Amino acid sequence: MAATSSAPSLVDTLFQRSLDDLIRSLRSSSSSSVLEAAAITRALDEIRREIRSPDLDTKAVALQKLTYLASLHHLDMSWAAFHALELLPSPSLPHPRVAYLAASLSFHPSSTDLLPLATHQLRKHLAPSPANTPALVAPALHVLALASSADLACHLAPDLLPILSGQSSNPLRPKAIATALRALAVCPDAAPVLFKPLVDCLSLSSEPSAVSAAVSAFCELALAAPDPSPYLPLAPEFYRLLVDSRNNWVLIKVLKIFARLAPLERRLAVRILDPVCQLLRRSPAKSVVFECIRTVLSSLSDHDSAVRLAVDKIKEFLASDDDPNLRYLGLQALAMLGPAYLWAVDESREVVIRSLNDTDTNIRHQALCLIMGMLRESNVVEICNLLIKYAMKSDPDFANEILDAVLATCGRNVYELIVDFDWYVSLLGEMARNPHCAKGDEIERQLVDIGLRVRDARPELVRVARDLLIDPALLGNPFLCRVLSAAAWVSGEYVESSRNLLELVEALLQPRTNLLSLLVRAVYIQAVFKVVTFSFIFFIKQIQAFDTKSSADRNAAFENENDVATADKAVIFDSIDNNETFKHESLSHLLDFVETTVGPLSECDNVEIQERARNVLGLIHIIRETQYWDIVAEHELTRDKKISEIVELMEAAFSEELGPVSTNAQKRVTVPEDLILNENLSDLAEVLGDIDVTPCTSISFSLRCHHPTETKEDSAPVIEASSLLAEHRKRHGLYYLPTEKDEVESNDYPLANEPLLAVSHVDDAKDIVKLTAQSFIPRKEKPMKPRPVVIRLDEGDGDSSSGLTMVKEFKDDLLSGAIRNVLLGNESKPSSSCDMSSDRTSRRGETDASNNNELFSQPKESNALDGREHRKSSSRKSRHHTRHKEKNGSLGNEDIEETSHRHSTRSSRHQGRHKHRERGDAPPDVVSQEPVIQDFLL
Amino acid sequence: MGIRFVLLVNKQGQTRLAQYYAEHLTLDERRALEGEIVRKCLARTDQQCSFVEHRNYKIVYRRYASLFFLVGVDNDENELAILEFIHLFVETMDRHFGNVCELDIMFHLEKAHFMLEEMVMNGCIVETSKSNILMPIQLMDKAS
Repeated sequence: MAATSSAPSLVDTLFQRSLDDLIRSLRSSSSSSVLEAAAITRALDEIRREIRSPDLDTKAVALQKLTYLASLHHLDMSWAAFHALELLPSPSLPHPRVAYLAASLSFHPSSTDLLPLATHQLRKHLAPSPANTPALVAPALHVLALASSADLACHLAPDLLPILSGQSSNPLRPKAIATALRALAVCPDAAPVLFKPLVDCLSLSSEPSAVSAAVSAFCELALAAPDPSPYLPLAPEFYRLLVDSRNNWVLIKVLKIFARLAPLERRLAVRILDPVCQLLRRSPAKSVVFECIRTVLSSLSDHDSAVRLAVDKIKEFLASDDDPNLRYLGLQALAMLGPAYLWAVDESREVVIRSLNDTDTNIRHQALCLIMGMLRESNVVEICNLLIKYAMKSDPDFANEILDAVLATCGRNVYELIVDFDWYVSLLGEMARNPHCAKGDEIERQLVDIGLRVRDARPELVRVARDLLIDPALLGNPFLCRVLSAAAWVSGEYVESSRNLLELVEALLQPRTNLLSLLVRAVYIQAVFKVVTFSFIFFIKQIQAFDTKSSADRNAAFENENDVATADKAVIFDSIDNNETFKHESLSHLLDFVETTVGPLSECDNVEIQERARNVLGLIHIIRETQYWDIVAEHELTRDKKISEIVELMEAAFSEELGPVSTNAQKRVTVPEDLILNENLSDLAEVLGDIDVTPCTSISFSLRCHHPTETKEDSAPVIEASSLLAEHRKRHGLYYLPTEKDEVESNDYPLANEPLLAVSHVDDAKDIVKLTAQSFIPRKEKPMKPRPVVIRLDEGDGDSSSGLTMVKEFKDDLLSGAIRNVLLGNESKPSSSCDMSSDRTSRRGETDASNNNELFSQPKESNALDGREHRKSSSRKSRHHTRHKEKNGSLGNEDIEETSHRHSTRSSRHQGRHKHRERGDAPPDVVSQEPVIQDFLL
Repeated sequence: MGIRFVLLVNKQGQTRLAQYYAEHLTLDERRALEGEIVRKCLARTDQQCSFVEHRNYKIVYRRYASLFFLVGVDNDENELAILEFIHLFVETMDRHFGNVCELDIMFHLEKAHFMLEEMVMNGCIVETSKSNILMPIQLMDKAS
């Protein structure tokens, strides 16, 4: 195929199909996908031939066709990148346009690295010359804006300048602004060149479209910057636009910028309050009104009158029955309000609840989010009950969305919203009974988790679990499998809270349990084991208690029977008369029942089930074996040593309470002193390189690790051991400790259980204080039982992702640092020359302030304020230089800059020197002061 | 980055124009993304709102006869303004083609791209005047 397709012939050129022909052939074959695929393959073959043609027209048409196919039929066209570049120098206007279009649709620095080859051609097209019509330059700018890499952007940044700062009527100016934005984003070093012209585009003399584009660009910059404070000096320009502009696009962008800047400077917020409210009242454009609402709610929420106005507008949005868009946005805006404005949501409460029933799933979702955002301790019971009832009636998808939201919100931060756990546990039970429920996993997790963490909730938990277990209808639902497993575990683990053991065992062993998955059945049988153990122990203890009592005081034997019943934790058998024989019968009935139902399972194929079933049978066997059993049956209450041994053993097996495990638990295990971890592992790399690691299944390296001194004696085992270790580490990396250091290494890691409780008491005390402090504010005084103790261990592992964001922030910081330089650097030059003279601080303060005065035409308010300004501006300067230092340090002295725009490097070098001088005598505390706030608008 | 992508899709879900800004997706990712979005948006009725959240985008869409105009934007973007933008785009094409239809866009995909290029650059809306948008195209039409 290569041979035939490689040589484009004259025939190809003469009889080439045009793009229209191609589209027609595709349309005629669009009836079947097979035909269409064949047509596309044929067209591609043609294109591959034609695109190599020396004739530029043929090449251009081929590229055109390829672009069409690639963009609408998802074909790869990266192979043609070079052919696209070949068309760029063509003198005929359509050729480079076709090439630019192809490039803008398919090039990207991460996939095509060919664009730098066209640097010269791009520069030629961007140069101001009559031959370069807007029709040629516009697509060139478009490609640059979409596909330029950092290097290319830096290289071509100076070439944007003539368009950016040339004639104000140049129609290309807005496009150059958008391209400059891209250059700034990928290459912060371009800021010294590009930023000043961008700022100039905001001026009064610019064309409206240039202003609009410049505002969009600044909006993007301010929104993307982690710290938007470098843009504060531009506030007067934006303010002018906010007041004067009648262009809605511009107003929206300016409002966005102010939403970002206003929180930085209180006076700015006060200043824009009035114009924003005016717009909010008067503007006929809903988009502007909505943007005003957003700005007020996000950044001016301290100003009650504005918030009031915004809330009224939101109500108008919500009330627009014929426009779902406005209702959606209204709900979204309400959700921005946050808990401090419960009143606002409360006013629209009816609409919000009604929205849960909207035909539009997105509006329903939005309403749900809003309601979830409003959940407080005080209203959680009411709202969740309402939602769960609603979920019963709604369609499956939304029902699950509701369940998901309720589970996530209530479970957040170790159930911080929940005070009444009895209620929540029964709510979980109700959720599981929702016919559409597919959230079994999370319900399972929370049921078990609450059991572990909240001691006071256990009786209710066991009750809920019993209700779930006893219902044969639930066993058939595969989504509930997990919930039932949790219920079985809970009723086994906290069996002492159970009211009727026989009923429980019957529920656990009902015939329909064979519908459950094998693993869940194993959990069921283990629960049965616990129940049997518990009932036997309890039974024996009861008898013994009775025995000792009656021997001590035989006369009052009959009254004592009542005491016996209350002596222990819970009321057990439903025996009314406390008659021993009856109890014995009911226990033996229980044992018989268990024996007959579990018996067949001991032959089960599944090892888990088989093993546990055998455990249960074994236990019953032991119980039956004891002499005591018969003696008791004959009412002869004598002691037996063996029986107390068994009881003790069984009690010990389940007496330890399980607790929650901290996610950081493993990290906190202290390394034994004689264990030198690094010793063996440090030379892993070379060891791995040398030895062909063979997989090995039985490894006993752990012993060696504990005694590094031993292993050092002979070198061969060391290598072997560490290679095995390496192999093991490779295969089971999951179970190894993370390598990063943990600063807070406490030496006394609590052993799973009791010490945890001690720790948690301290935390809980704090929690409860915190919770009450919160709840006093919104709640109407209502008698409520105190929140039970909830064990919480740690605040989770929140900062795992911080490394990633750090990198991004650092890059952004470079940009804002560079912009700070540009915006404020102008003033710093004269001041730095001042530095040469002897009195540094006072003079520089003056020049700085006067510069500021010129730039922002700020009337002086008072001397005191000016004095403050001086200090602050000097502090700003030092901040700005330390920033610069970081930048130099991080980038190194890159050579690229020197060639492309010399003056920027020169200025940075200049400032670098300046910094050196200043570092010596600047008081250390200056740096830590607050960032600059200038009197721009006062 | 304001606008992330502009998609034109017909009722059958076939892409008729696709322009991505500022982010690079592989062909497979694009196909998957477009498929998901189309499935989500085309199933919606006229009584439902024009905003759909998908992955980390907000999608603002509008239907004109058999064509869906879908614009993916950042979370910060003003949805109503984007609806205006879509309308402006349609009006511009309408003025140029005269009662624009799907076939016009199919056979003049380049022109549709050039109009979009005049309006949006690097995800920012740079031109909102219809006559300004159409001027270069008319000039070129005259020249050829």
